[in-house]
Amino acid sequence: MELIWLIPLVPLAGFLLNGLLGKSFSKPVVNTIACGSVAVSFLLSLNAFFGLLRLAPESRSFEYILFSWIPSGSFNADVGFLLDPLSAVMILVVSGVGFLIHIYSIGYMAHDEGYSRFFTYMNLFMASMLTLVLANNFVLMYVGWEGVGLCSYLLIGFWYEKRSATDAGKKAFIVNRIGDFGFALGIMLLFWTLGSVHFSTVFNLAPEQLAYGGGIVTAATLLLFLGAVGKSAQVPLYVWLPDAMEGPTPVSALIHAATMVTAGVYMVARCNVLYMMAPTTLLVVAVVGMFTAFYAATIGLFQNDIKRVLAYSTISQLGYMFVACGVAAFGAGIFHLMTHAFFKALLFLGAGSVIHAMSGEQDIRRMGGLKSKLPITYMTMIIATLAISGIPLFSGFFSKDEILWQAFSSPFGSPLLWVVGFLTAGLTAFYMFRLIYLTFFGQRRYDEHVASHVHESPKVMTVPLMILAVLSIIGGYIGLPKALLGGAWFEHFLHPVFAKGAEIGKLAEGAGESHATEYVLMFAAVAFVVVMIFTAKRYYVDRAKDSERFEHGFGGLYKLVYNKYYIDELYDKIIVNPLVNGSNWLWQKFDVLIVDGFFNGAAWLAGQWAISMRKLQTGMVRSYAFVFLGGAIFVIGYLILSR
Amino acid sequence: MVPLEYYLVVAGIIFTIGMIGVIVARNIIIIFMAIELMLNAANLAMIAFARNLGSMGGHVMVFMIMTVAAAEAAVGLSIIIALFRNRDSANIDEVNLMKW
Repeated sequence: MELIWLIPLVPLAGFLLNGLLGKSFSKPVVNTIACGSVAVSFLLSLNAFFGLLRLAPESRSFEYILFSWIPSGSFNADVGFLLDPLSAVMILVVSGVGFLIHIYSIGYMAHDEGYSRFFTYMNLFMASMLTLVLANNFVLMYVGWEGVGLCSYLLIGFWYEKRSATDAGKKAFIVNRIGDFGFALGIMLLFWTLGSVHFSTVFNLAPEQLAYGGGIVTAATLLLFLGAVGKSAQVPLYVWLPDAMEGPTPVSALIHAATMVTAGVYMVARCNVLYMMAPTTLLVVAVVGMFTAFYAATIGLFQNDIKRVLAYSTISQLGYMFVACGVAAFGAGIFHLMTHAFFKALLFLGAGSVIHAMSGEQDIRRMGGLKSKLPITYMTMIIATLAISGIPLFSGFFSKDEILWQAFSSPFGSPLLWVVGFLTAGLTAFYMFRLIYLTFFGQRRYDEHVASHVHESPKVMTVPLMILAVLSIIGGYIGLPKALLGGAWFEHFLHPVFAKGAEIGKLAEGAGESHATEYVLMFAAVAFVVVMIFTAKRYYVDRAKDSERFEHGFGGLYKLVYNKYYIDELYDKIIVNPLVNGSNWLWQKFDVLIVDGFFNGAAWLAGQWAISMRKLQTGMVRSYAFVFLGGAIFVIGYLILSR
Repeated sequence: MVPLEYYLVVAGIIFTIGMIGVIVARNIIIIFMAIELMLNAANLAMIAFARNLGSMGGHVMVFMIMTVAAAEAAVGLSIIIALFRNRDSANIDEVNLMKW
């Protein structure tokens, strides 16, 4: 466990090596360095995890301070790492899924010009993300937070010759900056009131020094949540994530599905003590999460770009995680975070495999019938889709069901949250199976030219798919709820981290021992999901000819959803355009006319003055001497006369 | 004992000759000598005052001026030689490149 500081540092070393020398390395060397460093991180994470398991549950918290980073008066920030059950889960997920995606990228990026640049950025991302989840104070966490934002920007705009890619990168960066601004203010507010940025100090002092539900803790948690809203793409700052699909598909899988976007959920769970002290914020978190989950799911219904469907699905699933946090079921949120990392990474990598096979085609209306052509991709994607839809026995069922149950039963929850979550689950099943049916079933709808190239991806890409498929199935069993004869082992493991928060919120563990309601709700959700799957099958397989008529049958609603509620257009109109026009005005009127005018005018005046005065410079030495004389006589005369 | 006024008048006359020389002369060497005249006129006045007031300050000042004048003569003459080599002339009116 003493080696945890190496976990973020090894990928950083890989980043430096590939970044400085990558151009002169051959491709095998580049990917050995990149994948190897992540593999080392994963092994170290495993080692740390088992080290943690050997300790008693209460003492499972280990801090390692590498060095004091900013000692400045009463302000002190260390480069220090905190290993506890929460960060252990996170580093395992990040380095594990990250490793698989690195392996996959070897195949996916094989023919790309920016091969070493890609792996350089990926390693930098791994280093930042691992710093984010391992940090033992807010400031170091912020460093990781900004680092992953930077890598996200760099990788979205990876194909920088493409205008849309660079625009998407900028959009992601700017929208995230709004959230980060709130995050930074939240950290400052905490330091201002509690005098520390260190996690354990803050979480110990907060219950003593701040009032329960008071203004300060509410403001601080809301500001921190604003950061989470930006990073985890919640309403209203979600607009960057769908555009982020311009990046290479492994990037979408790693950064924009499995890891970075979950940073907000991790941060809220990490600060559970603070959030439990602010019931108002919890309500905001739950409502924002639920609204986002439902809203993004509706947009996902009729999108035709395979990656965009998955992007909206990611936003929706992140909403679920925030619902869990908002009803004080942080363990359920992290559980869903983990299973989601598995099946969503798998979905994206599968989509990448499909796109690869289709020579870059991303429109699912021009696919179809790929089932027999891409058998491994098909099988693994089916597993992931069953998992995300919440079909029993797959991982997503356990985690999503846990969230729905908590939304219903928690003291902070309400049946209304459950109803929206229930509807969202149905929509999720519908759009995911629509994607599967349009892609893999039915008639082939692509031309001969593409058909001649269709091929299953190489082993280096399919093996990670298979591993993730296995994880998507078994990943749920570690958190088997008590209602299903499980031990809720995952939640017990995480419990020490959330114990203090639970104490503040007066949450009794194991409340509601009767499972009757839970079974009913579970059954209702599964039944609804199955109905939605068959609806999707009916309109996209059995009566595939009518699918367009079916979609257009919704009339205005279809148009609204298809155009994503015109939110991008709205933002352009009320925020972007006024900002651009205002800046243009300031540039042309204020900057050019007033600021530049002032300085150019001053220079012009000095110039005019100099033009008239330079006649004095005659070049006649004797006339200078004469002027000297005159000056001397003047000075002496003045001295004499003024006596 | 010669009264102080005599010395001052002589010093004034020498200084004025030097001053007129600087303004009127065209030959750089003459201007240079005129400057030396002015310096030495000042020296004379200073010595006269020092003697009259019985103070050593004036004497010290004169030595200072003589040292500076010696250094100035060396630098000045080398400038004049350099100028002459370039221009083949010692006429101050021809040295007029630095003007508007």
